[in-house]
Amino acid sequence: MNDIIRWSASELSTALSNGQLSSVEVTRAHLDEIARTDHLVGSFLALSDNALKRAAAIDEKRHAGEELGPLAGIPIAIKDVLCTTDMVTTAGSRILEGWLPPYDATVVTKIRAAGMVPLGKTNMDEFAMGSSTEHSGYHVTRNPWDLTKAPGGSGGGSASAVASRQAPLALGSDTGGSIRQPAAFTGTVGVKPTYGGVSRYGVIALASSLDQIGPVSRTVRDSALLHDHIAGHDPFDSTSIPTPWSSMVEAADQGAAELSLAGTRIGVVKQLQTEGVSPGVKERFEQALALMADHGAEIVEIDAPHCEYAVAAYYLILPAEASSNLAKFDSVRFGLRVTPEGNPTVEEVMSYTRDKGFGDEVKRRIILGTYALSAGYYDAYYGKAQKVRTLIQQDFSRAFEKVDVLVSPSAPTTAFALGAKLEDPLAMWAGDLTTIPANLAGIPGMSLPMGLSAQDGLPVGLQLMAPAYQDHRLYALGATLEALFLDRDGVLVSQSAPEVG
Amino acid sequence: MSDMTPETVRHLAGLARIALGEHEIQRLAGELTAIVDAVEAVQSVASDDVVPTSHPISLGNVFREDVVSQTLTTAEALAGAPDHDGSRFRVTAILGEEQ
Repeated sequence: MNDIIRWSASELSTALSNGQLSSVEVTRAHLDEIARTDHLVGSFLALSDNALKRAAAIDEKRHAGEELGPLAGIPIAIKDVLCTTDMVTTAGSRILEGWLPPYDATVVTKIRAAGMVPLGKTNMDEFAMGSSTEHSGYHVTRNPWDLTKAPGGSGGGSASAVASRQAPLALGSDTGGSIRQPAAFTGTVGVKPTYGGVSRYGVIALASSLDQIGPVSRTVRDSALLHDHIAGHDPFDSTSIPTPWSSMVEAADQGAAELSLAGTRIGVVKQLQTEGVSPGVKERFEQALALMADHGAEIVEIDAPHCEYAVAAYYLILPAEASSNLAKFDSVRFGLRVTPEGNPTVEEVMSYTRDKGFGDEVKRRIILGTYALSAGYYDAYYGKAQKVRTLIQQDFSRAFEKVDVLVSPSAPTTAFALGAKLEDPLAMWAGDLTTIPANLAGIPGMSLPMGLSAQDGLPVGLQLMAPAYQDHRLYALGATLEALFLDRDGVLVSQSAPEVG
Repeated sequence: MSDMTPETVRHLAGLARIALGEHEIQRLAGELTAIVDAVEAVQSVASDDVVPTSHPISLGNVFREDVVSQTLTTAEALAGAPDHDGSRFRVTAILGEEQ
């Protein structure tokens, strides 16, 4: 029975629809695994107390002959940045401790409508500010591959839950790599869709012009399956793209069936292969390029000179937008209120509450963002960063005239040790170099495992990037590469993750 | 070099409504000096003729029909508030004595 947790969502879908398994069995297997291992991994901040009831209701519908979609009855973990009416939602912050939102995020509404079974809310860096999940206001999440290592961030909880088989699927959010970098660190697949492809309604905003919700899974097809169910226009999000999307599952299935890459032009961004890339990552990346070339792909070196300034631009735009978005945590309408002694004014109460409720990284970024937006500095910092954003977009537009897809390592290194970068924000931020450009340009990106590093035996992620609206290209190429890696190694990286506990 | 003095941090914290302690102000002044020096790189690349991008996918104005739809009830809106009187959020004094 414990094998159930090793199955992909696609396999579970088949087993559920042909009656081999019930949703209660599948849900119980994952809840049991969470109970067995989460004191070691720390993926979850809250667990649903009605998962089994919900699974039973889906089983009942199925028995009654009701037509159900492919995700019906499949459990899912939800990053705590998404509002859920039946589970406390904190975005990893003490300032929202115990908060029960009055409405569901649109993606949560969609997965409920698809009949999925939410298991719980996953840990994250506070308000998604961080690359290791160590900035969570609650607890540390550990990398299932090595419990002394960080799972990446900000979505370390979603990635570790899927990697350690506590859930077959998870939802993440990606503002500068928060889905893709944890996927790389934990040997899972993670996708940041085109900006506007998935609704942000009910997502606790970090940087509104960069945030995007996406899937986390153990196979490319599973991410495609979830992507198909969460994408689409939402009138509640004015940045939501009205154009309908083609099926990502179809793209993945075609990619997996078609193992030739003949005619595919793959660009390698020179600027994303810096000195910071570790030898173990570099070796795997070069092997992946050779594999693509062996199967007929044309490999083209791409010059995207402004990517060099991406981290600098990002760490002005993000704090600026975040400082504005986080102004709503004012101790009035929701969350924490700390009242100092005496007869404090509402402004004093706000200031005390925000000092006590926000962690160090959040305060650092709010102060930086306030600076970047303040009179006399706006043009020099925020304004210039927005111009760099244009230049990076232009670099990508030029690149996509020559190639179909761009590739790079998803992160310069494998998972780093917990605590290694905690005291040095600039070192932590530098690791985001590879993922940030896609967010600045609004283009879709995927990370999939491309093997283990010879240096430390930890997973290495390959990033694919496509032009805006061309998310299906990531799934087609991703599925082909996944099949080629499987053929080469005999097992998927996500399948070979060690058992925790 | 940036001018991220403790005085500047104190001023910014006031604007951001965060009652930072003195120790935190000193620490942030040091950290933010290094950070601002690093992000200043953006100033060397972007010339005046580059149009700034505020939004990655340009959609223009987005309209909807002006019709009443389901919204939160008063009770739902107040449910997460630290303090309320049943119909409004309750806060401490808006103005201090010297104001």
